[in-house]
Amino acid sequence: MAGRVEGKIAFVTGGGSGMGREHSLLLAEQGATIVVSDVNEAGGRQTVADINSKGGQGLFIKFDVAKEAEWKSAVDQAMSTFGRVDILVNNAGILIMKNTQDTTGEELDRMLDINVKGVFFGCKHILPAMQKAGGGSIVNISSIAGIIGMKGAAAYQAAKGAVRILTKSVAVEYAPFNIRANSIHPGVIRTPMTQDFLVNEKGERAFLGTTLLRRPAEPREVSYPVLFLASSESSYITGAEIVVDGGYTTM
Amino acid sequence: MAGRVEGKIAFVTGGGSGMGREHALLMAEEGASIIVSDVNEAGGRETVSMINSKGGQGLFINFDVASEAAWQAAVNQAVSTFGRVDILVNNAGILLMKLIQDTTGPELDRMLDVNVKGVFFGCKHILPAMQKAGGGSIINISSIYGVIGASHASAYQASKGAVRILTKSVAVEYAPFNIRCNSIHPGVIRTPMTTDILTTAESTRAILGSTILRRPAEPREVAYPVLFLASSESSYITGAEIMVDGGYTTT
Repeated sequence: MAGRVEGKIAFVTGGGSGMGREHSLLLAEQGATIVVSDVNEAGGRQTVADINSKGGQGLFIKFDVAKEAEWKSAVDQAMSTFGRVDILVNNAGILIMKNTQDTTGEELDRMLDINVKGVFFGCKHILPAMQKAGGGSIVNISSIAGIIGMKGAAAYQAAKGAVRILTKSVAVEYAPFNIRANSIHPGVIRTPMTQDFLVNEKGERAFLGTTLLRRPAEPREVSYPVLFLASSESSYITGAEIVVDGGYTTM
Repeated sequence: MAGRVEGKIAFVTGGGSGMGREHALLMAEEGASIIVSDVNEAGGRETVSMINSKGGQGLFINFDVASEAAWQAAVNQAVSTFGRVDILVNNAGILLMKLIQDTTGPELDRMLDVNVKGVFFGCKHILPAMQKAGGGSIINISSIYGVIGASHASAYQASKGAVRILTKSVAVEYAPFNIRCNSIHPGVIRTPMTTDILTTAESTRAILGSTILRRPAEPREVAYPVLFLASSESSYITGAEIMVDGGYTTT
């Protein structure tokens, strides 16, 4: 049976660990060839090795999503290797847990560089490749922190809010080119980014907040929504938001 | 390869035509046994024979979702036939295109009977069966008209708004029982319900409004999101809304 993204070329940022690794592995299991990017060389190479060991095809490109010149050369490398890109998962991101008052200008710059400009440049430089391919699907990983207020995450919230609406801007501008763009809003997921907050039961309970399902998610529970949006099964969904939060924002 | 809802028992209302038929067929293709309900006997029976002809298993029950007693009897029949219910798709609905001033009391009653009470009773009477099964997934078909304003659809809008928030209420109340509940919000879909308003290029353009994909969807483009929410691939999604509107509500 053909995979759900059989023969597609998918670019996944932050694919060296956590959710990004899982998105890469699931898309590869479903037939896509994966370009894995990360600043974490060991992790990125490990993801590609995991893909290859299951008979899939992967390519690791080490670069910093915050740098436009590096995005450009990474997309050039992906294009010269695979000829096109059909799917982009803008997953790379950082977290800073600080109040507005305690966030330094440098911290804010770093947050916006990675979480906003990284996504913006990714869209900007992949879009021409998708136009050439006759269409594509962009999946931007925002957060529930891009939708509701939270304590002690001001810079992260600003960044994820930006990703939420930037996604709609791309959807509107590129619909005529058969390119869809949607955002995913994970709640509390068990990843390296959140492991410091999920160390014990008390920390977990505090972090879960109003999550109806009363547990953090495993990364794969976000990967399936990513696969759904990446595949043609979501052909009539663009500019939309899928909240994957166990009901955190329902109440 | 096992289907994505292999061995599940799914109840689909309004399964005799349009989107409901497509939801029933796709879930059957993916391994579920389907209870098809409709007031349209010929259509419902045809859906079941389509399921059976592809090697699937279907049962037709003719009843009016607006009647609580009929719901109770239908669920009893489903449970006595299949032993449990894992998935409920509250799809049955009617459309009335009228200004609020022109909508009569009986028209409003009929709208609320089918589109709101039909969904309410469906949840109410399936929930015990799902609790007994150890969990389940409810998908309520709302509409973009349950999210944004539109002209000449006030009773329909009220009903779809009710479905949108009722869904969250069920999600909150039944999360402890491992039952998820989400809403889908289709935009302009080519179905028997919309045949009359998609007759010409001009009327189609008018109904499409701000749909950025500039076309109506085929029913299967909504069936895949239904399948996604019905399956365990959406295990961390509850109380959420998925817009399937080609970007209608994006701008």
